Amino acid sequence: MKPTKNNLNIYSLTFRLPIIIWQLIFFVGPVLFMVAMSFFLVKNYRMTEAFEFINWTKMFSKNYFWDSYWFTIIIAGTSTVFTMLIAFPASFTLAFKVSDNIRRWAIFMLIIPFFTSYLVRTFSWYVILAEKGVINALFSYLDLGPFKMLNTHIGTLVGYMTLTLPLVIILQTVTMANIDRNLIEAAYNLGCKPKSIIQRVIIPLSKTGFIIAAVFCFILSFGDFVAPFYLGGSQEPTLPILILDTTKSGQQWPRAAVVAIVMMITLFSIAFIGIMTAYSKSFKK
Amino acid sequence: MTKEKYLNFILITYLIFIFVFIFTPIAFSVIFSFNSQRFPTIPLGNFSLEWYFKIFNDPGVWQAAINSVIVSVVTCILATFLGFCTAYSDYRYRFKFKGLYLALVLLPPTIPLIILALAMLAWLSKIGMSGQLWSIICAHSVLTAPFAMAIIRLRLNQIDPDLESAAWNLGGSEWATMRYVILPYCKPAIISSLCLTAAVSFDEFAISWFVSGLNKTVPVIILEIVQGNIDPQVNAIGTFVFFTSMTLVITAQIFFLTWQMKGKNK
Repeated sequence: MKPTKNNLNIYSLTFRLPIIIWQLIFFVGPVLFMVAMSFFLVKNYRMTEAFEFINWTKMFSKNYFWDSYWFTIIIAGTSTVFTMLIAFPASFTLAFKVSDNIRRWAIFMLIIPFFTSYLVRTFSWYVILAEKGVINALFSYLDLGPFKMLNTHIGTLVGYMTLTLPLVIILQTVTMANIDRNLIEAAYNLGCKPKSIIQRVIIPLSKTGFIIAAVFCFILSFGDFVAPFYLGGSQEPTLPILILDTTKSGQQWPRAAVVAIVMMITLFSIAFIGIMTAYSKSFKK
Repeated sequence: MTKEKYLNFILITYLIFIFVFIFTPIAFSVIFSFNSQRFPTIPLGNFSLEWYFKIFNDPGVWQAAINSVIVSVVTCILATFLGFCTAYSDYRYRFKFKGLYLALVLLPPTIPLIILALAMLAWLSKIGMSGQLWSIICAHSVLTAPFAMAIIRLRLNQIDPDLESAAWNLGGSEWATMRYVILPYCKPAIISSLCLTAAVSFDEFAISWFVSGLNKTVPVIILEIVQGNIDPQVNAIGTFVFFTSMTLVITAQIFFLTWQMKGKNK
């Protein structure tokens, strides 16, 4: 049965309306209110409704805001590049070197941590990476270390990867597993070396899936406050930490809203560019 | 040939290493929860249930556990209901602004949680709903409904296209067809969706932390303990959290995979 066209009766509306109402109250409402709030004033720790640009000009004139902005973009970008590169050999193996059954099991196993308490896993890394933690204890048997890993960018990156690596591997694997094997075999039979098969057949055919994986990876890292806060030491605050500090300690909700809106605009632009690139035709079928 | 075998060996080893990296924090959290050391490291200290006794005797942890269960149970029912309605509307009807409609539903998980948390906090305070369990439930249902929608939509894809019209031709009303044909058909997807949305809600900490006020859930308690300093209690609580959410996610996947396989064999 094809989708029926637009007949508005009680039956169809019973299924169509609940989510519209719900999303208007609890999604569109909050987001629009946050935009409005960025123009409110705070006097004597109390927020009053107004339409002033002071929060925007205040935030934009602060150096720490821009430092934090570029730092967040750079560290989330670095994390995305590293995660994509680290994931690739694993996804490649899962897509081409193991049986269908093992691949299914591996994806099954990877979905579990993606939905399992990121917070506790990060705390666990905190203990493992600490100066007297497991990794440095292992190094000390080799008379090495102790290495400082907590409160460094390495800590932040490990935290981001805890969040994003399973998802990126899943997306890369599914993308590559869906490539038509005949194309790869054809390239091989025509004398293409394995290295150039990856470069000239597999990667171009997986472009869309890879870009989507990278966009998700970037969004997740860009918006996460746990990794840079607990593992990265938060001396260089990322934008999420800035939101946290401004909201929780400063009572400056309107300024936090400014940061949040800037973040959303940045993410939407990056996602838009990513999706446009992903679906642009670089080669003809 | 030997060169390829050598390469395969390296690739498989690398893959195993990656899985070790992914599961290391879960494994150590569980191991350390039974470890007597105040600062857990290797070599391990003695086996001890100290941290479990500590959390069992803490009324705050109990209250948080009860809150978490309430939030995730109500959220999963609400989100699955919303997700089902949306998936069915998408499957069955064409209507104006359908793209916008779907975007409205699917957008929330792509927005960073911290931003949703701030927006929810401000909005719920504005409409006088903040600081209650209901506030967390409303926010979580928005966040998790898209997962429910996606799972149920995939199931509806497999329905025999003539099944619904056949039921109508045999005299069943639309409502009866929904009740006796569509809903039973979607049952495995609904169970899968209930489990997955419950797991996501159970683990969510940013929104909960912002809007919960005094009604803390388990992840909020963890967040607060962790802020102080290293306290192995977290590992004991974390072990329970892992156990709960892993059970839910595994159940969700088993139901999902079972009907996916059946669908393929048909």
